[in-house]
Amino acid sequence: MLMMGRRGFLAAAGAVSVVTMMDRGIGRAWAQATGPFKLDPLGYATSALEPHIDAKTMEIHHDKHHATYVTNLNAAVKDHSQVASMPLQDILAKLGEMPDAVRTTIRNSGGGHANHTMFWQIMGPGGGAPTGDLKAAIDRDLGGVDAMKETFNGAGARVFGSGWVFVTVDKQGKLALESKPNQDTPLMEGKRVLMGNDVWEHAYYLTYQNRRPDYLKAWWNTVDWSKVGERYAAAKAGTLTI
Amino acid sequence: MAFELPPLPYAYDALDPYMSAQTLQFHHDKHHQAYVTALNNLIKDTPLADKPLEEIVKASYGDPSKQAIFNNAGQHWNHTLFWQMMKKGGGGSIPGELETKINEDLGGVDKFKEAFTQAGLTQFGSGWAWLVVDGGKLKVTKTPNGENPLVHGQTVLLGCDVWEHSYYLDYQNRRADYLKAYLDNMVNWEFVAELMHKG
Repeated sequence: MLMMGRRGFLAAAGAVSVVTMMDRGIGRAWAQATGPFKLDPLGYATSALEPHIDAKTMEIHHDKHHATYVTNLNAAVKDHSQVASMPLQDILAKLGEMPDAVRTTIRNSGGGHANHTMFWQIMGPGGGAPTGDLKAAIDRDLGGVDAMKETFNGAGARVFGSGWVFVTVDKQGKLALESKPNQDTPLMEGKRVLMGNDVWEHAYYLTYQNRRPDYLKAWWNTVDWSKVGERYAAAKAGTLTI
Repeated sequence: MAFELPPLPYAYDALDPYMSAQTLQFHHDKHHQAYVTALNNLIKDTPLADKPLEEIVKASYGDPSKQAIFNNAGQHWNHTLFWQMMKKGGGGSIPGELETKINEDLGGVDKFKEAFTQAGLTQFGSGWAWLVVDGGKLKVTKTPNGENPLVHGQTVLLGCDVWEHSYYLDYQNRRADYLKAYLDNMVNWEFVAELMHKG
């Protein structure tokens, strides 16, 4: 049905430039509630990560799942102007101080918004490998790239139910692995996330079904290491947010 | 004695189009099987090895050192019931006595369906929505991951799996549509009524 919708749009628009827009995710419509939090378009085509992550999964994951978190987060802060004016990383770090009535929604949807924003950012067709400072930190703190991937994938396979695996980074550039249930994030402990992988079934079920370990392994092919390197530099400079 | 995966009580395509044969194949043959296999491996050569499933579920609940056992035992128990709670051409009229009880305790069938759907929708992440008997009264509840009403001293009458693997191939992000189809087109109400009579 989604495909039909897209074809219909194409036919109606009938312009070549629309194809480019569609590829960049601009032509797809997703729920955009009014409020302080926005869903940014993907920085690449939904098909850019194939065959590791299929285009339909990317489309539903970004346009539906992530969009819903943004909509629900905006709705939760609507009547709490003080919260609405805070940066998301500060809201999540101060979850305990959030109004009782909206704390759970902020935790789930705010966490979901932060996690997915990071997720889209660190993936892409660029690929590559860790270099420089980042490579040195991985060698020093996580036993090298191969050991990091193995530990990370093991942690991902052990998440029971829905959740995430993260590599966190502190201001000194020290790295650590951490997994979290649901949409919780190390940001809720005031930490910074270098990178992370989504192990909710919606992230891989259309292609991998019950084979989460295969998804975890393939996912590394989607990581854009130049983006991870930028996040690493920002973390050390104290400018990394979500 | 090791636990075994019970066969599906109907053909894989019996619930089509509400729950596809593909979904049931993965869900039963892979996911449920994985819980059974993991459970058997975890309890092998331990004092829990020869215990009944319900006892393992209760004994491992809330014990961090037995979390993996609880997850897999809970899910084996949940899924074994779940398959029986559905049938081909299900979701029709509710047997009289059960309907009367739903009217008395939950304000009517529509209100029950609304509450059950809400429970399923608001179970964030993975988990289950339930209709249970608690202290003689019907109640709608929800639990995360492999947890179930058994560990809360409640009797299960109906449960719907809202892990994404239960509906993602057929409904993707539309969990509400899946819950509606479950209640309107899949539930085996005769089985649910039987569970109520057994208490």
